Amino acid sequence: MNNHYQLVIIGGGAAGLSAAVTAANYDLRIALIDEQAAIGGQIYRGIESVPKQRGKQLGDDYLHGKSLATAFHRSDVDYFSSTQVWSVNKQGEIGIVNNNQAQILTADQIIIATGAMERPVPFPGWTLTGVMNAGAGQVLFKSAGVVPKNEMVLAGSGPLLLLLATQYLHAGIKIKALLDMSTLTNHLYALPKLPQALLAAHYLIKGMKLQQELKQAGIPILEGVSGLKALGDDNKINSISFKHNRKQKTFTTDLLLIHFGVIPHIWLTQSVGCHHRWDDSQQCWQPKHDQWGKTNLDGILIAGDGSSINGAKAAEYSGKISALQAVYALGKINKQQRHQLTLPAKKSKQQERCIRPFLERWFAISDALLITADDETLVCRCEEITAGEIRQAVHEGHHDSNQIKFINRCGMGACQGRQCANAVANIVAAETGKTIHEAGIYRGRPPVTPITLGQLANLYPQEKQ
Amino acid sequence: MFKQLRLDSPLPINLTINNRSIQVNQGMTVAAAVLIHGLSYTRTTAISGVNRAPFCMMGVCFECLMVINGQPNQRACCTYVEEGMQVEIQQGAMAYPRSQL
Repeated sequence: MNNHYQLVIIGGGAAGLSAAVTAANYDLRIALIDEQAAIGGQIYRGIESVPKQRGKQLGDDYLHGKSLATAFHRSDVDYFSSTQVWSVNKQGEIGIVNNNQAQILTADQIIIATGAMERPVPFPGWTLTGVMNAGAGQVLFKSAGVVPKNEMVLAGSGPLLLLLATQYLHAGIKIKALLDMSTLTNHLYALPKLPQALLAAHYLIKGMKLQQELKQAGIPILEGVSGLKALGDDNKINSISFKHNRKQKTFTTDLLLIHFGVIPHIWLTQSVGCHHRWDDSQQCWQPKHDQWGKTNLDGILIAGDGSSINGAKAAEYSGKISALQAVYALGKINKQQRHQLTLPAKKSKQQERCIRPFLERWFAISDALLITADDETLVCRCEEITAGEIRQAVHEGHHDSNQIKFINRCGMGACQGRQCANAVANIVAAETGKTIHEAGIYRGRPPVTPITLGQLANLYPQEKQ
Repeated sequence: MFKQLRLDSPLPINLTINNRSIQVNQGMTVAAAVLIHGLSYTRTTAISGVNRAPFCMMGVCFECLMVINGQPNQRACCTYVEEGMQVEIQQGAMAYPRSQL
């Protein structure tokens, strides 16, 4: 059968590429499917076309992606670019659409490496035009050399803000201020995790260097900011207001780039039927998986930040481990070889993870933000449902995310709940006293990416009259 | 809001946004093209009709839905510019043309 592969890898980022390169050594029929026009995922986005100067501005950690890209292109793997996966099922059938043509691939083993997305955190004014994710700003920079025109503000909590600010600085972009919304309480709680973090000290040093560079360039870094609001006329941002040092402050700006950390993008694993759990430290849902990347479903593996957030380098190791598990399941290596071959990657991944508990605590998102304290704020951007409406639904007796969805369409819009699922679960948990896990997550169902009826009807063109 | 940094070797692509002819570099997404050409929004919402603009740039927020070559509901951040492409702001909920169903 032409459409059958022994291994299909979904996602061409750090984990997916590494999995493909690893598995390609074992004489298997392998396909890698990626939604972008070029490999690299989000972290190495545009890595194959980046001009020299821009590469330098983006830094060495970004340029590391080039070695992965080179190794991938040397591997014997069928590469499906610009291809959306709209369905995966337990039988190993993968529904894809490419250039308006839908088809079904089948696979013995599937590695889902769909990576991370930025944590959506609703706050007053976050739907105004001119408010964007910082990661979105970085994607524009990496992939197209597109950068902010005027002086702008970065706000939120997470290492990406420091990194993006420095990258912008290198490109001569003006930054009005960086508003750090991580709290002093966070920092105190993070201290006990510091000794472990020192085992991956290069990350701490990198963070301090970035901070130092920004300060030397005279970019104001305001710490302990809270109560962020985006304000504007005619749905367009013109200023922001926030609290800093017990004072209410206002800045004018036409662009606010926000970032509240990243979470696994789980819409595919959700729709396949993988079990998920809420992780308190990472403040997100994760597909349950074992040390080999195995989910509860036979033949469905997971790798990289789509399984839990450990960063690009750990994703690479994780891709390798999951690939070797697939190779083992396909009978190409034995248990002992699997153990031996994964040992270095496991060790390196463990080393990468050392920094995580510290980072997770230091940049943890405050409860006030997680539960969308302001009743007027839109939580569901698509169906335009406010936090107040969700709370009201809870008070009327709907004590679970899916019930909220049934009662007021929250999460039923075009994004399928990707942007509001976390906030809704947090609101339900806060109002009912349940855990977030008990509050639950929206049930995901295929198609997880848009497909037209026409494309579905043409799935098997040869059978058409 | 955004501008294009100078490129080493620009390859121009011509397209129209709301009937206005623009030129951008090859390899960028429609959303990037829209942002550097000063369009402050990409769609109006289906519920209250307010303006929205690209938010995530990675295909997960569906705020950048536009009408591209006559096809509504296309994510501008996942669609790459092509010569002669016609891009329009999407007004509210739009159905697919019957011929394309």
